Amino acid sequence: MVAANATSPKKGKSNSKSAPSNEEKLQYYRDMLLIRRFEEKAGQLYGMGLIAGFCHLYIGQEAVVVGVQSVLNEGDQVITGYRDHGHMLACGMEADGVMAELTGREGGYSRGKGGSMHMFSKEKHFYGGHGIVGAQVSLGTGLAFANQYKDNGNVSVSYFGDGAANQGQVYESFNMASLWKLPALYVIENNQYAMGTAVSRASAEQELYKRGISFDIPGEAVDGMDVLKVREAAKKALAHIRAGKGPYILEMKTYRYRGHSMSDPAKYRKREEVDDIRSHHDPIDGLKKLLIDEKIATEDDLKAIDKEVRVIVNKSADFAQTSPEPDPSELWTDVLREV
Amino acid sequence: MAKMTMIEAVRSAMDIMLEKDPKVIIMGEDVGYFGGVFRCTAGLQEKYGIERVFDTPINESAIVGMGVGMATQGMRPCVEVQFADYMFPAYDQITQEAARIRHRSAGQFSCPMTIRMPTGGGIFGGQTHSQSPEALFTHVAGLKVVQPSSPVDAKGLLIASIEDPDPVIFLEPKRIYNGPFDGHHDAKSVGWATHPLGEVPEGYYKTELGKANVFREGEAVTILAYGTMVYVAEAAVKETGIDAEIIDLRTLLPLDLETIVESVKKTRKCVVIHEGTRTSGFGAELIAEVQEACFYHLETPIVRVTGWDAPYPHAQEWDYFPGPKRVGRALVETVEA
Ligand SMILES: Cc1ncc(C[n+]2csc(CCOP(=O)(O)OP(=O)(O)O)c2C)c(N)n1
Ligand SMILES: [Mg+2]
Repeated sequence: MVAANATSPKKGKSNSKSAPSNEEKLQYYRDMLLIRRFEEKAGQLYGMGLIAGFCHLYIGQEAVVVGVQSVLNEGDQVITGYRDHGHMLACGMEADGVMAELTGREGGYSRGKGGSMHMFSKEKHFYGGHGIVGAQVSLGTGLAFANQYKDNGNVSVSYFGDGAANQGQVYESFNMASLWKLPALYVIENNQYAMGTAVSRASAEQELYKRGISFDIPGEAVDGMDVLKVREAAKKALAHIRAGKGPYILEMKTYRYRGHSMSDPAKYRKREEVDDIRSHHDPIDGLKKLLIDEKIATEDDLKAIDKEVRVIVNKSADFAQTSPEPDPSELWTDVLREV
Repeated sequence: MAKMTMIEAVRSAMDIMLEKDPKVIIMGEDVGYFGGVFRCTAGLQEKYGIERVFDTPINESAIVGMGVGMATQGMRPCVEVQFADYMFPAYDQITQEAARIRHRSAGQFSCPMTIRMPTGGGIFGGQTHSQSPEALFTHVAGLKVVQPSSPVDAKGLLIASIEDPDPVIFLEPKRIYNGPFDGHHDAKSVGWATHPLGEVPEGYYKTELGKANVFREGEAVTILAYGTMVYVAEAAVKETGIDAEIIDLRTLLPLDLETIVESVKKTRKCVVIHEGTRTSGFGAELIAEVQEACFYHLETPIVRVTGWDAPYPHAQEWDYFPGPKRVGRALVETVEA
């Protein structure tokens, strides 16, 4: 059987030194801020009626995707669910194309066919954007299989939520990934709620990093509000995976500030709970403090970054409103390969 | 009588059945504490307790599978699948367990389970939140498939479904949860409060499964529709001035062929409409049945207006949705043919 006999992935080289440089830390700040500002803008456009349907914001969780992305190699794949704007920006996809997909325009990454939940970029190795909870985990495992089969040294990163972590196919995937020692990193973004359902009301074992135990997959809980801790944990996990030892699970303890989607009044949690996290554990404020305390940057430097980020985001909002609506004929394109 | 939206009507049906029959339980994602993403179960957990109205993890397959197990022990689970688009992980349990347990146990066991799911488009849900999968159920022997088009029918049909001895797929057209929608998306939305079909008896009543409703009487052509499309048909009739008879199927399986045939024999023309994709859609079945039963009475080919054979789009909802213009055109073609 191919899978069992396939050779382990080549040991990939790490693309960063053991400790991040000051420039890298500033880069994380910028990357997180870009996601935050992008999402705030998306929320505004939604409120103005320019974005319709479903739209799930990533605000509060920025450190997770930025930290993991910072230690990936070129060619490593990323796949996630529907709360996907942050992942796309972290993968280097253009804000313009993401925002224009939200507004359903021709300039969107899926030319208006996918919307907020369904976007892709082959060039950036981003495999979506999936609206069905848990489905991406099997796909991500398949990406890992292909890496092993092609012996390309790459790792696939599958992101999914605490709610998704209960879907059956996640465990079917875990088993195969471990059985065949696939180069798969599973990142559980435990933001403590699946829609209105708190983890404690849906999960018998609430320490989700332990979910790999019976599949012999190592797991670790990580402070997902601290980009540097995320980075460290991801680095360690990737070293394990790239050494050919099989999959790894990282449970990121994080939090979403906004409702599940734009239509969620979030009555299932207390205002104070959100406020407490915002004021004491915000990933961007946390890094900002570190940058200033360690004299890596001044307030003014950081303000300049914010300004630069806002320019990108505002431009994307303009683009998303001026890019033309797709032609009706697009309804029938890309259903099957056109001949 | 009370004024109810379709949401309130299905809630009222569940409320009454929870009260009436201790074998009834409600389960699904976010149905308990949160009260359902469309609020259909709001307040029921408070009233009946967490033992009877409860949240499940995101486990469509196992939820439905457990429902089958409960039902074979005589319970009457009423399961919510949050959107019809999420039922696919449960499709195996629905088709191969729920639908067949009676047959393969030679009648020793049965599955009196109701699976509610919001269906259809018109809410900018895109490809994973807009689908109309009714034909995937009508193709399965051993299921009943229901789709109401109004609060008053929704309540009566849901009570009948929960009391039915067999598994019922109860499709709730989510676009008309809060009011009838005729496909004119630019027009001001209207609520059920001002619509006669929003008048719902407060107590227990059943609307018999397997019985269609002649929604509008007419002579020129028969329109077969269900769910949201009933109102699209009504708008098309108004706009074309064609005196069509609109039949609201209400139950797709078992189909009320008698009512359909009687109408088509009278009008001699038939247009079939649904939101779901065209190829192998439920319209294909309707057309086959009608032509078999009415061939010598038909004056024109039966025409169908449906969703296109493409995934439900994000951006081009109204190019996809079979609105009153397309339906009207089909009516004119059919009547003038
Ligand atoms: C198969 C399936 N079931 C249900 C849903 C509806 N749904 C969308 S998101 C969600 C909650 C998921 O929560 P979690 O995995 O924790 O991710 P988060 O939204 O917190 O990022 C649910 C129930 C869905 N999209 N797909
Ligand atoms: Mg969550």
